[in-house]
Amino acid sequence: MNSKNPVVRTVTLVFFWLVVAVVLFYVLFPFYWAIKTSLTSSARLSAEALQWFPGAPSFQNFRDVFTGAPFGRNLLNSVVVATGTVVLSLLLSVLAAYALGKFRFRGKTILMYLILAVSVFPQIAVLSGLYTMIKTFGLYNSWGGLILSYMIFTLPFTVWTLTAFVREIPTELEEAAYVDGASPLQTLFRVLLPVMTPALVTTGLLAFINAWNEFLFALTFTTDASAATVPPAIANFTGASQYESPFGLTMAASVIVTIPLIILVLVFQRNIVSGLTAGAVKG
Amino acid sequence: MTTPLPSQPRAASPRAGRGLQAGRTRVALLLLVPMLLVLAAVAGYPLLRTIYLSFTEYNILTDPAPKWIGLGNYWFTTEDGVGLGVLQIPEWWQSVWNTVKFTVGSVLLETVLGLAFALMINSKIRGRGLLRTAILVPWAIPTVVSAQMWNWMYNDSFGIISDWGQRLGFLEAGQSFLSNPDTALAALIAVDVWKTTPFMALLLLAGLQTIPSDMYEAADVDGASKWTQFWRLTLPLLTPALLVALIFRTLDALRVFDMPYIVKGNAPETITMSIYARQELILNSQFGFGSAISVLIFLIIMVFTAIYVTSLRVKFD
Repeated sequence: MNSKNPVVRTVTLVFFWLVVAVVLFYVLFPFYWAIKTSLTSSARLSAEALQWFPGAPSFQNFRDVFTGAPFGRNLLNSVVVATGTVVLSLLLSVLAAYALGKFRFRGKTILMYLILAVSVFPQIAVLSGLYTMIKTFGLYNSWGGLILSYMIFTLPFTVWTLTAFVREIPTELEEAAYVDGASPLQTLFRVLLPVMTPALVTTGLLAFINAWNEFLFALTFTTDASAATVPPAIANFTGASQYESPFGLTMAASVIVTIPLIILVLVFQRNIVSGLTAGAVKG
Repeated sequence: MTTPLPSQPRAASPRAGRGLQAGRTRVALLLLVPMLLVLAAVAGYPLLRTIYLSFTEYNILTDPAPKWIGLGNYWFTTEDGVGLGVLQIPEWWQSVWNTVKFTVGSVLLETVLGLAFALMINSKIRGRGLLRTAILVPWAIPTVVSAQMWNWMYNDSFGIISDWGQRLGFLEAGQSFLSNPDTALAALIAVDVWKTTPFMALLLLAGLQTIPSDMYEAADVDGASKWTQFWRLTLPLLTPALLVALIFRTLDALRVFDMPYIVKGNAPETITMSIYARQELILNSQFGFGSAISVLIFLIIMVFTAIYVTSLRVKFD
């Protein structure tokens, strides 16, 4: 691109913008298509399925989605389960991260290995064990059962990330609190926690997204349509009658659950990128 | 994608006072107990229970209790010479083969495409901020949603991709890439590539940004072409980040369940190991046999992880 020849420069520039345009189209088109479909009423869908723009945009699907199936209830379930998962795993991992990041004791390395091992557990490997356990404790079709089972993938991640963060906090802060006679818990909650806020936001957000999107456990540990979270609900969407194509409704439901997530991701994009890539490059 | 990335923990500050450390082991253990209890309940116990069940015959609907049969779920030949163990059943090997093809195909494409995206965003072209924001969109979309979106685009009669395929002559009227068993797996790989390339690109971008720019200036002075610079400078320095990204994606792909299940259900041409395990466990209520499949998947993943931890020499402290 450093060529002095203006023709070569223009051609390169046009080529690059063309590539950018192709990438943008590839990345964004499927979601545009979902929005377009969601705005086409089911009566017109078969006629307009292949048109690039909705002929008569209508919000009919967005209204119907809440009348046919218990989708409002599914949304509530998802919000409660994802929030509960984040709160519980952050609480447990803040305590653990303080111990792992600031205390010296034997067996720490083995513990870190163990946590890493759990983080690569395939969910399917614990499915039958968890299933019998959840049945035994009567947690089937409940928020508690899902929140508890989600700990298997959020907890290793939050513990690991927060430990790395706690380690970087200067020890002087802790020492000052110690000199002032603060107990370990006071030190943690009064001194370290305020410093940890950015890390808590990032890890909490990523844990929330993972809990919000989880499918296998949600599908297996709920059978009632009204106990399901959003992912199994969207996977099982059917039309109001068997003759109706459910795709307009499915796309409306999809758009409803995706828009807040996209806004969240775009607002916090710097945190998310740094959270995803933390440590990955120091190799 | 929740997998923590290794290698960030560094040695604790040497300045930590010795007086502060004395007698703190007990406090540390108390702080760790709640987390360890929960992990034991949701990971440790269920895993042991799954391993135990894999040695039993147990239909959860009809049998009152699991019955010990040793290795029978893994390998068992009847008197008539019919193999009933998982390892003798073609459907299992079909799911392994599908999963391998899915993993190799999607991870390779995601790496190449992700590297291209990362190089574009890292270059000084205008609009790179826009690109970086835009590639976050597929990543932000829940897997279930992206599966349904593509399901609709692949629809036989109303799907836009089927329409393009039919116009270009790849498909006959009323056909889709999904309905044809020969192309179904490739169609699923395309969905995964669309969804996961951004994640790859972000990891590789972070790696690219650690390469100091004066290295490129030196290469320019020496008269190295951009092509040479990419192969001799960028790629070798990017290898650690590339390896980490590659291995994490491989582990994810080997476990894949949701997207192929939503789009194709238990169809034999796209059944993955996890889908097969769930089919036997939940749909057929075979908790013994299904657990044996789960254990096999667990072993495969753990072998991969062990290779990865040793080959990259992950350090924790």
